[in-house]
Amino acid sequence: MSMPMFQPGADPGSSFPELLKRVGLAPANSDAVGDLAVPHATTCVALRFTDGVVMAGDRRATSGNLISHRGMEKVVQADEFSGVAIAGAAGPAMEMVKLFQLQLEHYEKVEGSSLSLEGKANQLSMMVRGNLPAAMQGLVVVPIFAGYDVRRGNGRLFAYDVTGGRYEEHDYVATGSGMLHAGTVIKIGWRDSLDRAAAVALACRGLWEAADADSATGGPDALRGIYPMVATITASGWVTVPDSELATVFESIAAEVRSR
Amino acid sequence: MTMPFYVAPEQVMKDRADYARKGIARGRALVAVRYADGIALVAENPSNTLRKISEIYDRIAFAGVGKYNEFDQLRVAGVRAADLKGYQYSRDDVDARSLANNYAQILGQIFTHEMKPMEVEILVAEVGIAPEGDQLFHILYDGTVVDERNYTVLGGDSEALGGYMKEHYVEGQPLEAAVREAATALAGSERTLAANDLEVALLCRAAGRRCFRRLSDEAVASALAG
Repeated sequence: MSMPMFQPGADPGSSFPELLKRVGLAPANSDAVGDLAVPHATTCVALRFTDGVVMAGDRRATSGNLISHRGMEKVVQADEFSGVAIAGAAGPAMEMVKLFQLQLEHYEKVEGSSLSLEGKANQLSMMVRGNLPAAMQGLVVVPIFAGYDVRRGNGRLFAYDVTGGRYEEHDYVATGSGMLHAGTVIKIGWRDSLDRAAAVALACRGLWEAADADSATGGPDALRGIYPMVATITASGWVTVPDSELATVFESIAAEVRSR
Repeated sequence: MTMPFYVAPEQVMKDRADYARKGIARGRALVAVRYADGIALVAENPSNTLRKISEIYDRIAFAGVGKYNEFDQLRVAGVRAADLKGYQYSRDDVDARSLANNYAQILGQIFTHEMKPMEVEILVAEVGIAPEGDQLFHILYDGTVVDERNYTVLGGDSEALGGYMKEHYVEGQPLEAAVREAATALAGSERTLAANDLEVALLCRAAGRRCFRRLSDEAVASALAG
């Protein structure tokens, strides 16, 4: 591959998607999808706690009434201080996340400094907007963006709609088919003083209830050892919560439900 | 009708090479040296914002001396080429050797076909999974590529600096020793360099996916103090 060099007027700057267009590698918008049963990813939540944010998502992908994948990771690290959780058509969503991660890193390397959290959120907004033609064909992608704003010193959450509309949420946010159930649980349990352990437990509880009532959301699968993907983002960066800790959290939820 | 003056090709090339060398010699030098857990890149650079050393990809760093706008243009082209290749194929397929070849093509092309050669010397360094995989490609203004093993010197009085490095390089040395050695080489015999005169960055072998790190002035100062 040759090295891309541009005249000053045609230079794509620090934008990776723009660079892809210049070299002819931009993903084409397909316009004939119709009612394809492509895999869909479902419930994801994010909430703020004292040190930052917690993001969580179940692991199930469905095609119509079938489970197509049990171990999908819908909560993905975007860079050191932010993450994306996706609900919607799995293929375009994964491609969008990959491009988003690349764009953040590309910007950081070309410019020599990271985008602000707000800048990252806007960047994702444009990508969701770019997916609108595919969304009209049924390939909807609706992400959550969450991160730790190192300039302000707090965790921040952003929800999106299909058209790229970006809405900053203060306390919690949920997306996907089980968003109503998971969101309600977190809405009731959320307090301003939640610490890390309590926030992780609350996110898990939200996913538990979503999995209980929504067939497209997967619950904890102790048999196969598959637990939801949970991560925290604080001033010290992104940390994935280990399965061993999640196993304990879900056991205590199960014990509490059993004792009713 | 006027006839253009005839100038022998040898003379043209010699003039261009002299021009480029003079431009590079005006700037300050840079040393890259291997240490136990990676590669240290040390540049004499009083500026805290205009960088000579930067990240290209997960295990690859770029360094340049000479004219800032020219090597910065090459740096950005390298980041783009690497990111595109990683996107199109896989992150594992991005390697320093092919980047170095690309740079050599560009510099060679400009040297022979443009009015003015680029007044730069650049380095593409890749840290291997194991020490044997470390690679240093030193590329000159005319597109010449030199594959160096343990250390390399860019710009300035590279012969004297190279002599010092050859004498003092120790295989498997700790980071502090490597930084000290590079700083002493850059300073020469008549002066000493403080931490804020230096720009130091590392490619750490075991740092996870992205191996590139910058060392803060405090960390450099403590390394220099030994």
